[in-house]
Amino acid sequence: MNDRSQRILIENLHLSFGDTHVLKGIDLEIAPGEFFAFLGPSGSGKSTLLRAIAGFGPLPEGRILIGDEDVTRQPPWARNVGMVFQSYALWPHMTVWKNVAFGLEERRVPKAEITPRVERALDMVGLLELADRRPSQLSGGQQQRVALARTIVVEPRVLLLDEPLSNLDANLRIQMRRELRSLQRKLGITTIFVTHDQEEANTTSDRMAVLDQGVIQQVGTPMELYDNPTNLFVAGFLGSANRLPGRIVTEGAGRVFRAENDIVIPVAADEPEGEATAIFRPQNVHLKAQGEKTDESTICLPGRIAHSEFLGSLIRYGVDLAGTEILVDEPHQAGQPVLPEGADVTACLSADQVRILRE
Amino acid sequence: MAAQSRGQWGAAGAGLAVLILLLAFLVIPVAKVVYVAFVDVNTGGFTLLNFVDFFRTSLFRESFVNSLYVAGMSVVFASIISMPLAYFTTRFNFAGAALIQTLGVIPLIMPPFVGAVAMQMLFGANGSVNLLLDEWFGFTIPFMEGLNGVILVESIHYFPFILINLSASLNNIDRAMEESAQNLGAHGFRLFRRIVFPLAMPGFAAGAALVFLKVFDDLGTPLLLNVNNMLAPQAYLRISSIGITDPMGYVISVILVAFSLLSLWTSYLATRGRDYASVQKGGGGLMRRDLRPWEKVGAWALILFILALVLSPHFGLLLLSFGTIWSFSVLPDGFTLAHYREVFSTALPYITNTLLYAGLAALFDVIVATAIAYVVWRTDLPGRKVLDYLGTAAVAVPGVVLGIGYLRTFHDLNVPIVGKPLASWWVIIVIALMIRRLPYALRACTAALQQVSVSLEEAAQNLGAGRFDTVRRIVVPLMAGGIAAGFVTSFATAAVELSATIMLVSAESDAPLSYGIYVYMQTAAGRGPGAALGVLAVIIVGIATWMSHRFVERTRATAEADRKLAAAAGA
Repeated sequence: MNDRSQRILIENLHLSFGDTHVLKGIDLEIAPGEFFAFLGPSGSGKSTLLRAIAGFGPLPEGRILIGDEDVTRQPPWARNVGMVFQSYALWPHMTVWKNVAFGLEERRVPKAEITPRVERALDMVGLLELADRRPSQLSGGQQQRVALARTIVVEPRVLLLDEPLSNLDANLRIQMRRELRSLQRKLGITTIFVTHDQEEANTTSDRMAVLDQGVIQQVGTPMELYDNPTNLFVAGFLGSANRLPGRIVTEGAGRVFRAENDIVIPVAADEPEGEATAIFRPQNVHLKAQGEKTDESTICLPGRIAHSEFLGSLIRYGVDLAGTEILVDEPHQAGQPVLPEGADVTACLSADQVRILRE
Repeated sequence: MAAQSRGQWGAAGAGLAVLILLLAFLVIPVAKVVYVAFVDVNTGGFTLLNFVDFFRTSLFRESFVNSLYVAGMSVVFASIISMPLAYFTTRFNFAGAALIQTLGVIPLIMPPFVGAVAMQMLFGANGSVNLLLDEWFGFTIPFMEGLNGVILVESIHYFPFILINLSASLNNIDRAMEESAQNLGAHGFRLFRRIVFPLAMPGFAAGAALVFLKVFDDLGTPLLLNVNNMLAPQAYLRISSIGITDPMGYVISVILVAFSLLSLWTSYLATRGRDYASVQKGGGGLMRRDLRPWEKVGAWALILFILALVLSPHFGLLLLSFGTIWSFSVLPDGFTLAHYREVFSTALPYITNTLLYAGLAALFDVIVATAIAYVVWRTDLPGRKVLDYLGTAAVAVPGVVLGIGYLRTFHDLNVPIVGKPLASWWVIIVIALMIRRLPYALRACTAALQQVSVSLEEAAQNLGAGRFDTVRRIVVPLMAGGIAAGFVTSFATAAVELSATIMLVSAESDAPLSYGIYVYMQTAAGRGPGAALGVLAVIIVGIATWMSHRFVERTRATAEADRKLAAAAGA
């Protein structure tokens, strides 16, 4: 099924609600069979973009292609694009079976064919026994599965999931995202998953796009985006990040990053001079006892513990480095004491864990 | 729950008092009516003979069929009026939507019997419309002929019950319900038939059942149109002409109650377990679109036509009240203020009586309703739900039946000091109005109480306030808006009640407005002053309804302003 007909191509897409410009020039290509995530805060335009692909919302400018077909002006019912709604949108006046059969009936599939297909879809999500129930008699997770079965039974070209896990409790969410992932593998269907939860996006998707204010900030695999964010928004949205504002300057033979409080980090010699921000993750900083040996690519600075939070798997320290506070995550071992406030420490960071961003 | 059961003596006392009141003035009178219907007049034993007699009499058989027919056809016509209006307001961005919404208050500000005679002047065999039709096209339409007149008058008054319920359930459909159907390939009429209509069905059924019940039980409209071969008028005529010992009035009452219960039961079945109100965040009703220019013209034409129809009783009443002689002519021969002069010189007691009765009834309604709401929702007294059921049950008791029940139960119960039976003392009218309008007040007060978070009361109790102080200082002030709205709704509808009133008025000097209108409208000469009295009734009720609207609006506006202030402070 991984043929070209399942590719999605979006070209220079603009969309407005009245005077509010919601999508501002989206360009994106999603490969056949890919599990793709739209990640962003609320109001970033991620749901609007998904709905535009399904044909809902105001008519956008630009083009949306599924396969080689321009669907920009097609009505929703002609697109053969499956969408699972955030609220599931199961019709309360129909049984589970009727809900799932609906799309096939609308496609005028012969009756003899509908029965086995509905059965297969319900079986796939493990709900065949509950076929005669009404949606209100199902748990949240079961409703989610019915919504999924109702969509995949029509074998759509692409599968769109609008925050499908947001109405589930934490444990179920983890289980359902694994099920979603394995179902998608099994079907090999191009899938777009909208979420504001970076963990969900990381764990499910092959690639993702981070959106903010109607603009795609960065596209890549989850690990690429986490390790090499191209801007401060992406860096901050994909987990905690320490930011040190400063400048790149020439010092001796090479270039260094000099922060406002004179912390110096060596950088590549081809890094251009000028204003910059150094970014590094809390877990890449290590607190060492004074005098402990380090290799030369490691930068070590004296600091003082300002505060601490016990987060279970780790302890998050706020460390004051010459007036700038950074966060440091130390893994927690049973019996290990928490460093007291005011304690003197040395914070060490390998230079290759630092990213230099310019904005 | 253990904490809840402490200190409930006050609430238990209030609950008990309300229970006694409801037993004495609702349960016992209605039970008495049912009992009499099944008792042999001569032997005093149980019998079905009265019902056999009923169905053996051709007039009663005819009345029974007519009542069913009129109620059923009124539902049909009310639906025909409501459906396009509901469709326009929920489906399109349409400037007329506000106008349509205001139509919803029509049955509240003017009950059908008030405008019935005016409708005859406009649509009757020699009414304005038929005179014009005859002159221009040479034919007439029997709009007001016999049962047609009742159907026309009832449906243009009661259609808003369907309109409001249907619009509400259409508005409550989550947009995703519609979008998911489109996503799976449905659109156009199939989408409407398979998804939108079934989801709106419970609202429609609830509204239709209400219209059926209102029309089936209505006494005033058929009486004023002089259509007597229907059930409610027959019950009234039997009791008022033959006397309270004649069993036929009671048999008819039982049938009226049975059909009221049946239509409520149907409505319950249609809505049970189908709370489709499922608007989620980002939902917000069906998709709306703008009307194209020619569609806009069509929509406005239709709405103005319906509006003209709906306002015709009001218009006719106004003409009648200012007209000199209006007979065999399109408009009255001339205009005069004489009818109003007559009303103000001779009929003023009708108005003062109405203000007194409806005011007292509404006052007791909100007191009783607040007590019931509190006992039901804030205590765990055993059997508390019974109060709620009884308070609501009055909906199913037609005014005629309550009136007959009071006459039968209280005709030999002498009130000390006053020195006459309770059934013929003016206070009985107040009690009847109070019982009949209690469901309105109860609904308003229950809704208001449910908006008050229990933790607000717990905080007061935690700071040392007793149960009574908590109710007085926290609960009632927070419910004030809802209580006021309940008071006004009860007042407005009590002020124009006729069916129980007409049975219980024993002296002209004790009679309220609605009775006065009825008496005046009996004679051709009385129509002018009757209409003037009707206009005054509409004005009184209109002001009350407007005030209730203001209470609700003000509460909402204050909340909105507070939210803005808080948002500004937060930013």
